[in-house]
Amino acid sequence: MSGLSIQNLSMRFELPNGGAVQALEDVTLQLKEGELMSVLGPSGCGKTTLLNIAAGFLAPTSGKLVLNGKDIHGPDADRGMVFQKGALFEWMSVRENVGFGPSMKGMPNGEKREIVDHLLDVVGLQEFKEKAVYELSGGMQQRVALARCLANDPDVILMDEPLGALDALTREKMQSLVLKLWKETGKTIILITHSVEEALLLGERLIVMAPRPGRIHKEYRLPFAELGVGADLREVKKHPDFAVKRDEILNMIWDMEEEIMGRTEESA
Amino acid sequence: MTGIFVLAIYVGIFIAAYFIITKVVNRAVSSDYTSLKTVTFGDESAVRPNRWAGIISILTLFLIWGMFTGSSLLPKFLHAPGAYVGDIEFTYTAEANGERDDGTVTVIVHPREEKVDAPEVDPGEGFAKNDSAAIAQWRTGLIRVDKNDEIGRDGGAKVVAINGTPIAPGETVQVENGAVTLSDKGTPNFAPYRGWQMEPLYLPPPEEVGKRTVKVLSEGFRGFTLIEHLGYSLFRVVAGFLLGALVGIPLGYAMGLSNWFRGWFDPIVEFMRPVPPLALIPLVIIWFGIGETGKIILLFLAALWIMAIAARSGVSGVNISKVHAAYSLGASKSQIMRHVIIPNSLPEIFTGARVAMGVCWGTVVAAELVAAEQGAGMMIMVASRFQNTDIVIMGIILIGVIGFGIDMLMRWAERLLVPWKGKA
Repeated sequence: MSGLSIQNLSMRFELPNGGAVQALEDVTLQLKEGELMSVLGPSGCGKTTLLNIAAGFLAPTSGKLVLNGKDIHGPDADRGMVFQKGALFEWMSVRENVGFGPSMKGMPNGEKREIVDHLLDVVGLQEFKEKAVYELSGGMQQRVALARCLANDPDVILMDEPLGALDALTREKMQSLVLKLWKETGKTIILITHSVEEALLLGERLIVMAPRPGRIHKEYRLPFAELGVGADLREVKKHPDFAVKRDEILNMIWDMEEEIMGRTEESA
Repeated sequence: MTGIFVLAIYVGIFIAAYFIITKVVNRAVSSDYTSLKTVTFGDESAVRPNRWAGIISILTLFLIWGMFTGSSLLPKFLHAPGAYVGDIEFTYTAEANGERDDGTVTVIVHPREEKVDAPEVDPGEGFAKNDSAAIAQWRTGLIRVDKNDEIGRDGGAKVVAINGTPIAPGETVQVENGAVTLSDKGTPNFAPYRGWQMEPLYLPPPEEVGKRTVKVLSEGFRGFTLIEHLGYSLFRVVAGFLLGALVGIPLGYAMGLSNWFRGWFDPIVEFMRPVPPLALIPLVIIWFGIGETGKIILLFLAALWIMAIAARSGVSGVNISKVHAAYSLGASKSQIMRHVIIPNSLPEIFTGARVAMGVCWGTVVAAELVAAEQGAGMMIMVASRFQNTDIVIMGIILIGVIGFGIDMLMRWAERLLVPWKGKA
């Protein structure tokens, strides 16, 4: 069976003071190959934990993940990860960063150069390939991170707030780029974000998670990602359903935040 | 007193140069980028060292040095008043048996390096005869005026006035270019005017230090050339530092990557780090003697802990996202070590190396001061025993210049090898 299957996943962190946090409880999800799913939720709902388990950086307390019929144990090149920031290698040029995955596999130089050149064209950084990454702007750095991830040709791309540190304009451009890459490469993508608009625009599927314990609260199937491919995202936002969904989800998350605040006040 | 005067000159030049440069010279220069950067007092990033201030600061130091040592590099009118050289005459009045008689004392104040005998003088009339003495600059001399008198101290004669001014034992009378103090036993003690300049014994003028440098450079000092002395010191520093880095960096990596290594070595490193390497000198001498081995081991110990801690914090400081990213790009543990952890730790290691080189340089000089057969520290220590202050000052300047040079070299290497430092 192809795609990513998350089965009855639970994660419990034991705290040094004897307490414990139930970060995830019984999360089950099926992602078909080529699906783009965005994940929303208030802080502490276990979004990042879910992503870290999917990447293999954390081992779940119970449950399992299956990718294309194989159980996931630990990180591997079949699941690429794009971080919010700080994950590029400053000691390498743009070209070397993008070629990192192929280099680790020991790919011959000619083949590697072809892949790297192609991806730099796709993300529009061809003329910056010999620059050091710290010389680039934040948006360009995230393009490098995307290209570096794609160079490895992973089955699943995990994005942890990849556009969270960018300014509004750059962010819009990058959202279009993510949609374009998704359509062109046909990768399965899980994208975590704090922005409801971004989740709506980029999520073919959207799940809203609830905290304490972290669980899936509600799931949507949305048309906007499909509409947004190659289109002006500002036009997509004018879609009548867009505002309705946005308000609905905002209210949902707002209520959860209120509830958390209330609970902390009671316990305090 | 001289100190206050020096300070006043220094502050005066500081203020005068400030006004001249900022109000007169800089007015002609168009504002550069930095001056546009901010108008806010308190923006440290906009503060750049003023080039003029730097140049004038160094020139001022040499100027004051020259002024107060009578340097021949400076025109004479800039010199602080020097110690008196030349002839001085004063009269003393002796009293014996109710009678008084005057005698004249002729003093030749001669430069310190010359040997001059007291001049022959005509004894003159009366029971108090004329006297003479030769006193070196900056020195004082007791003048036994009654020695040739007809009635000496034993005969009840005593000095009661100098140049007509009454004087008693313990009192001082100013005469031209000097002062006469009567000792407790009643003998005049003559102190020629010392002036404001430093005695070469304490501080030689800059050109003397320069000449001595040239001389030591060509003739050597204590059986080794100047280059050899400095070379030995540098060799010890480089050897000790390299050994320290060779052991310290892997140790730091191990401590940054393994619980067991961290637990095992943490107490040792944390205990040894605050022990100043200078405190180890006596033990190192007891164990290894004063030869090369001991010095290199001392510097090895000085560099070891610094390098270990730098490497450890270089490993600990890696952003976990980088390691995660490398894993999900398919890197193995050894590839992560080589391509992520080591390059990521290099900036910290370079910072550590700069500190370690500085500490090693200071330690080697101190160790050579204590005991060595050659080296920069040994040179100034031996020179000080023979009061060769010019060599001492030359040594201090060379030690400073080399220490500065080492740091510059390290910074240059840092820019070249880890250009991403501070850019993450």
